[in-house]
Amino acid sequence: MSGKADIPQGTLALMVLKTLEALGPLHGYGIARRIEQTSGDLLSLNYGTLYPALLKLEQEGSIASAWGVSDNNRRAKFYRLTKSGRRQLAKEARNWEQTTAILARFLAPSEEAL
Amino acid sequence: MKRLRAWMLRFRGLFATGHSRRESDLAAELEAHLQMHIEDNLRAGMSEEEARRQAILRLGGIEQTKQAYHERATLPLLETFLHDLRFSVRQLAKNPGFAATAILTLALGICASVSIFAFVDAALVRPLPYPSPNTLVAVNESALNFPHGSLSWPDYVDWKRLNTSFRSLDVWGGSSSLIEMPAGVQPVPGLTVSAGFFRTLGVPPMLGRGFRDGEDAVGAPRNVVLSYSAWQSWFGGRRDIIGRSVTLSGVPHTIIGVMPRDFQFARRGRVDYWVTVQPDKGCAPRRICHFLDGMARLRDGVTLSSASANMKAIAAQLEKQYPASNRDQGASIRPLRESIVGDIRPVLLTLLCGAGLLLLIACVNVSSLLLLRSESRRREIAVRGALGASSARLARQFITEAFALIACATLLGLAAASLIMQLLLRLIPKDTLDNMPYLQGLTLNRHALAFTAAVALLALLLFSVTPMLRLLRVGAWFGRLLSLPIQPRTSLRDDLAEGTRGAGSTLWRHFGSNLVIVELAVAVVLLTGAGLLGRSFYRLLHVDLNFQPDHLAMLTVAASDAAYPKNTQSAALDRAVVDRMAVLPGVESAALTDLPVVTCNCNTDWIRVVGHPFHGEHNEVNDRTVSAGYFTTLHARLLRGRLFTAADDSTRPRVILINQAFAKSYFPGEDPIGKKIAAGDLDPKTVRTIVGVVDDVREGSLDSEIWPAEYTPFRQRPQNYFHVLVRTTQAPASILPAMAAALRRIDPGLGITDEITMEARIADSPSATMHRSSAWLVGGFAVLALLLSIIGLYGVIAYSVSQRTREIGVRMALGAQRATVYRLIFKEAAWLTLAGIVIGLACAVAAAGFMRSLLFGVHSWDIATLAAVAILLATAALSASWLPARRAASVNPVEALRAE
Repeated sequence: MSGKADIPQGTLALMVLKTLEALGPLHGYGIARRIEQTSGDLLSLNYGTLYPALLKLEQEGSIASAWGVSDNNRRAKFYRLTKSGRRQLAKEARNWEQTTAILARFLAPSEEAL
Repeated sequence: MKRLRAWMLRFRGLFATGHSRRESDLAAELEAHLQMHIEDNLRAGMSEEEARRQAILRLGGIEQTKQAYHERATLPLLETFLHDLRFSVRQLAKNPGFAATAILTLALGICASVSIFAFVDAALVRPLPYPSPNTLVAVNESALNFPHGSLSWPDYVDWKRLNTSFRSLDVWGGSSSLIEMPAGVQPVPGLTVSAGFFRTLGVPPMLGRGFRDGEDAVGAPRNVVLSYSAWQSWFGGRRDIIGRSVTLSGVPHTIIGVMPRDFQFARRGRVDYWVTVQPDKGCAPRRICHFLDGMARLRDGVTLSSASANMKAIAAQLEKQYPASNRDQGASIRPLRESIVGDIRPVLLTLLCGAGLLLLIACVNVSSLLLLRSESRRREIAVRGALGASSARLARQFITEAFALIACATLLGLAAASLIMQLLLRLIPKDTLDNMPYLQGLTLNRHALAFTAAVALLALLLFSVTPMLRLLRVGAWFGRLLSLPIQPRTSLRDDLAEGTRGAGSTLWRHFGSNLVIVELAVAVVLLTGAGLLGRSFYRLLHVDLNFQPDHLAMLTVAASDAAYPKNTQSAALDRAVVDRMAVLPGVESAALTDLPVVTCNCNTDWIRVVGHPFHGEHNEVNDRTVSAGYFTTLHARLLRGRLFTAADDSTRPRVILINQAFAKSYFPGEDPIGKKIAAGDLDPKTVRTIVGVVDDVREGSLDSEIWPAEYTPFRQRPQNYFHVLVRTTQAPASILPAMAAALRRIDPGLGITDEITMEARIADSPSATMHRSSAWLVGGFAVLALLLSIIGLYGVIAYSVSQRTREIGVRMALGAQRATVYRLIFKEAAWLTLAGIVIGLACAVAAAGFMRSLLFGVHSWDIATLAAVAILLATAALSASWLPARRAASVNPVEALRAE
């Protein structure tokens, strides 16, 4: 699977939260597909790792789950963002943006440095 | 917050409820996931089989996902721990003999050490119950015979004025008063103190106020502070008593305060009230009248030694100023705690060491049990290893097993300890206990629990390491270390095969069996300690009293000075008491004394012999006042001259009796009869003529030396506070009620206390109590230690026989006699025992040196005791190895060989 990057540590949770914010309540498979699609199929996501991550987020109270019915009439567990999940998302997104901005500045070929 | 929430949920996940629902939920969720994925794949044009394969592939395996999910849902470490714990408990239950032995042994060690530790903590570790207790010091005047003697009031006043070391210096002395209660007149104990007493201790009264400066001046109003218990029992705890009056020995006192319930001041037993010193009353104005003990707060930054130097300089100055009274009177400053617990410190430390040794034996015993068990579990361990269990995983299993064992033992030990502690407290006589207020409310407090936890942790470490030795094959390493010819590491295959003569037992042979030597050596140390203490106690009880203690009953009488203010009245009372006692049925004779025998070398007098050279030295002798029939009642021998008669009264010249020690010290090679003694200044009022010499009746405690003593007749020095002694023809205890009743008929206002027989009094005396309790407790430890070490030795020999069955079979098949087999087994036991005894005896002599202060009349290297211990242990060891030896000798060679 060359050309596909593994998911950086700790970012899966952020991706899940962002997905749920964008699409509303969604089941695990939907979340996995969405993450892949959003990454432009550049990420290799082992779907199995998604479920412990979802459980962790649920234990922490960032998301909640309930059984529902999917588009094609299948019983599935739907996850939705909670209030505290929204707050966490906002906070982590900000942190992440900061980190990437700093890294970008380091990595960009700057004239002064040369 | 979030973390905590997650942890709680995961912890809850450990328990079965919801467990299966979670599993089926996840299964359904994954199934839905797969179906959706398969449908998508089908839509993308894959074949059905390929669609499914790809879906599962992308999920990364259903079981792996379930496992990862499960681990997230619970706490995996804790979960395996609980799993191991269940397994361990099942293992222990499967082998109840081993479990019971190990748990009971360990519980015994924990119980003994924790209960003794609680006492040590209460007496030596916990701070005194006053603010900044470390700046409190005991201040005493030291004399030749009294390293921490009492102060006189004038000396105290000078010390207080001249010192630069103390923020405050205060004194206290004993006091006793009669108080009228509905049930009759009661003597109550109190303290007479200087005005700053409570402020120096830093404890204010809970009600009213304490003494103010100047309340200990001449002519100050008589005020009293009550203890909480006196307030409760005299006034039912009424809060309006402040300012009211209470009559103590006929003198009205104003109640100004009540001390808090938990206030305690050791050294003087029960205290019901505090009054201030009256510096003009009694002998208080005289510098030779030592009746007070000092207590002070050090100034900030002043050390004990600088305070001591300061006070010694002042004492030297006073000695120069008042050579007659203050000759050789120095100063002694020590921490207040030391003055309170000084006497029992060595006892407690000895007991703590004893309990610690017992704990050590218990631990060693359990360790070797575990080691034996791991020998027999070699196959199980090998199988688990072969199935892929890592060393770490196996080690965790052992730790969990040790944990289960220790948890049971600790709980059992703690429960037993709390019982034992109450039992031990009840064994201490009430009077002795009153002197140890720090033992009040003794329970398993935080310190004791922390101590238990520390012991349990150490045990856990030891017991986890022991079976791991086996696991990690340290035996070979250990063997190389000692350069023993042990074959290199045994292989997994060997362990799986588990032949009865497996090489794996080398670890046991070279290390495990030697543990029993430690046990035996420790047992020797404890047995020797117990033997020495037991002999000391025996010697103490058989010390020469020089009177006959049987058939003697005694009680204390207190008459108030207000009711008997004049000497003639006191003399009449004294006479009436003796006369009334002597005619009671069953009484052979009756007598009075101002201080009973076997009390202390105290209440002394400084004397000089008239006509002998004298340079102002303090010739200290015990000073007692006794009635005419005293020595006949005691059955003490008169050696020369005559005893007192009824004629020796205040109208006649003053006479005294002296004891033999007095005659030996002051009249060597002379006949003392007719000689005169007097105070140092030869004041004519103090000149007395010696009329007789009596035997050295023991005035001091059982373990002290005999001091010279002088006896003054009651009729020449009448007393209002005295002890009545009667010799009975019947059981002495039975006459005590009749004595008290007869005394109340003389005067219902008399206070009567301390009704006891002489034998009981001697048995309950502090020195007897101290020696008895240490002898019994260390004896108990020693018996348990002997038992445990003999069990340990039995285990070792029995195991060795079971391992050598085949060897013995071969030997017998080759013609060895039964006697040879016996010898073979006994030789092994004898070596272990001999090593244990020799090492033990060496340690015992060293250890006994440390408890020399507890020994009385025996040397720390008492040969008889050491020999008896060695013989006892050798006999016990050989009898313990007889059983396995017999089993070995009755081995049937054919069966032993066929068993292979």
